[in-house]
Amino acid sequence: MKNLLNENIRAPLAFAMMALLLLFVGVSQSWSVALSIFNLCLISAIMSLGVNIQWGYAGLLNLGVMGFTALGGVAAVLISQAPVAEAWTAGGQNILISLALAIVTIVICLQVKRRVTNIWFRRSALGITLIIGYLAINHFYAPGVKAIEAVEPATKGFLGGFGLPIILSWAVGGMLAAAIALVVGKITLGLRADYLAIATLGISEIIIAVLKNEDWLTRGVKNVAGLVRPVPYELDLQRSAWFSDGVRWIYSTKLDKLSEIGQEKLLHDLVIQNSSIFVKLCYSGLFTSVLLILLILSIKALNSPWGRMMRAIRDNEEAANAMGKNIVKQHLQVFILGSAVVGIAGAMLVTLDGQFTPASYQPLRFTFLIWLMVIIGGSGNNLGAVFGGFFIWFMWVELEPLSIFLMNLITANMDGVSVIKTHLINSAPHLRLFMMGLVLLLTMRFMPKGFIPEKTRLHSIS
Amino acid sequence: MLELTDIINALVLLSNFVLIPALSYGSQLAMGALGITLVYGVLRFSNFAHGDLMAFGTMLTILLTWWLQSIGISLGAFPTALLALPFAILGAIALSLIFDKSVYQFYRNQKSSPVIFVIVSTGVMFMMNAIVRLIIGPNDQRFFDGTKFIIHPREFKDFTGLSEGLAIKSTQLLTVVITLVTVIALFWFLQKTRTGKSMRAYSDNEDLALLSGINPNKVIWITWIIVAALATTAGTLYGLDKSFKPFTYFMLLLPMFASAILGGIGNPIGAVVGGYVIAFSEVLVTYAYKKFLIYLLPEFMEPRGLAQFLSTDYKFAVSFIILVVVLLIRPTGIFKGKTIR
Repeated sequence: MKNLLNENIRAPLAFAMMALLLLFVGVSQSWSVALSIFNLCLISAIMSLGVNIQWGYAGLLNLGVMGFTALGGVAAVLISQAPVAEAWTAGGQNILISLALAIVTIVICLQVKRRVTNIWFRRSALGITLIIGYLAINHFYAPGVKAIEAVEPATKGFLGGFGLPIILSWAVGGMLAAAIALVVGKITLGLRADYLAIATLGISEIIIAVLKNEDWLTRGVKNVAGLVRPVPYELDLQRSAWFSDGVRWIYSTKLDKLSEIGQEKLLHDLVIQNSSIFVKLCYSGLFTSVLLILLILSIKALNSPWGRMMRAIRDNEEAANAMGKNIVKQHLQVFILGSAVVGIAGAMLVTLDGQFTPASYQPLRFTFLIWLMVIIGGSGNNLGAVFGGFFIWFMWVELEPLSIFLMNLITANMDGVSVIKTHLINSAPHLRLFMMGLVLLLTMRFMPKGFIPEKTRLHSIS
Repeated sequence: MLELTDIINALVLLSNFVLIPALSYGSQLAMGALGITLVYGVLRFSNFAHGDLMAFGTMLTILLTWWLQSIGISLGAFPTALLALPFAILGAIALSLIFDKSVYQFYRNQKSSPVIFVIVSTGVMFMMNAIVRLIIGPNDQRFFDGTKFIIHPREFKDFTGLSEGLAIKSTQLLTVVITLVTVIALFWFLQKTRTGKSMRAYSDNEDLALLSGINPNKVIWITWIIVAALATTAGTLYGLDKSFKPFTYFMLLLPMFASAILGGIGNPIGAVVGGYVIAFSEVLVTYAYKKFLIYLLPEFMEPRGLAQFLSTDYKFAVSFIILVVVLLIRPTGIFKGKTIR
């Protein structure tokens, strides 16, 4: 039993347990369900890696994960959707002009801030620039938006994107998130840790508010559906000869036992079943390769001199500062890197869903749940973060049927039509929130380093 | 030519849609921010579970109100919720103290860093959120009864002969009056009583307070009692004025933090002022001035659009932008709060 708690074998143990859990779901529920969970586990693991880079390496409390996830989603829409030519002619010019004006305003403000030394003169100059800038931008922006949103509002009403393969958006999502993280970091880093948390929480809410309301960009709450997949569609697979031949070959022993008509029928069902599994497997392959690449890079980075410096800054800022490390600069760097990883995961998520729905971004699901993954998995340890992503996502999905089952068990002896019984059963899904909170508190108390803790390296001078 | 009635109409319009709503919303924010600022000042951490504590207290008020209504007790013209409120406060206090004993105390003894407290408080947030959703569900609940309007817009129009109506809801007046009484009582408590002084001393300098024989446990208990009472009252008033939905209460966290930080976190006066500043900015920036300007401006200058700075969906952005500007320009807030390193 003591061996089980040995930190060296915890990681293989954890992943073996995870594999068993998924296999169990595959056997008891269905392989399709197991693969769906597995795919989202992979994405969760990538998000968790991103948060771990910020929190585990550098101790930055970023509660804006949701915002960066959504930015990745924006990238997926903008890359894969075909451009809407009518909308561009209707209002594209106005949008571009207002964008240019916004940049000009910001540049002027920055110049004023740098050049003008008199504080009151500077403040009034800034105020005037901002007001004039706002009025000028609005003059072009408002009619432009109106014109764009009037173009086939039921299906389009936005500028569209570049019409490129959606897989490119994974990289672009990372870059977009990184660019926004640069701006956010410039503003908020250097604040005390818990202020940074509040500030980033607010920024993520603003990002979502913008995405919900700026219909010209991503159609707002009207959503963008039917994003083109990077993997084959089920219907195409079912129609293609090579796929049914493959299915026939795999199940040949089972099929040979049947009569000809029985074979046809079973094969038909099998092809439909397996086409959906095949699509999910394709996603799994893509996601696994992204996860592995990011994981290897993260482990390499953590063990490099850069990683050592990050840990030194995290553990003792003053000492690191005294050794000549620029803390604000390093924090900014790690903030951008972590956000980029989250952005990549966000783009992958929208790719998997095939649609972008801004209203689905909830802080509990996309910020706090990811935090739970990092803390329970083991902050500072990349394998731990990946495990946390797998485990917590699995629990999040499977706790719902489990709590309904539990509630049914609890209420089994109650009167069949009792109001309390139906209420308890209906509210069972909320039980998982409670359990998640409990798990977080218990972990923080009794296993503050997480399930797979960070390795403390002790180098003795020999 | 500008006529007097136009000016009066414009002012009535502004009071009706800006002044009165902002005043009551500001009062609710102020009470919420007071709770956050007290936890920060005395217990030294940012309590992310505050919005959900509000939701929990309000939920108790609602359940008690429903029970009172079902047995036929009401307050006549006043909402029955006022009768339920004191008992709901007791429940919220109990929950706060349970969480303090079982969760926060451990980290206090360990002298953990504020970040750890933030993470732990999100755990508490999850649990409180779940409790509320388990018991009352995630949907909108209304529990207002009694007289709805003190001044009815139509009666106001008939009485004054103006074309603009002025509405004052009883909940708005109640909110402002209760806030006033609570804030005065709280300040009297903090400034004049022995316990209040010991709280302030503990907040200013923990070690010195301990040396002077102040019992830290008592200070912490009193703080949670006040915080829970404030949160429940603020939540109930907000729910009476608008409606109760667990998610809305969670989202109130941001404007409340903005209020507390704007005023100077750890400073009670600051929290109150901050609450009103945030509320007024939110309403002023998202109000469409079209009708107001039509009354005041000559015809050729009348606005074509809504004359609105930001769409109402960006309310959060307003409080947040104020927050960022404050953090950048004057991190200690309007009134000197706790220094941010």
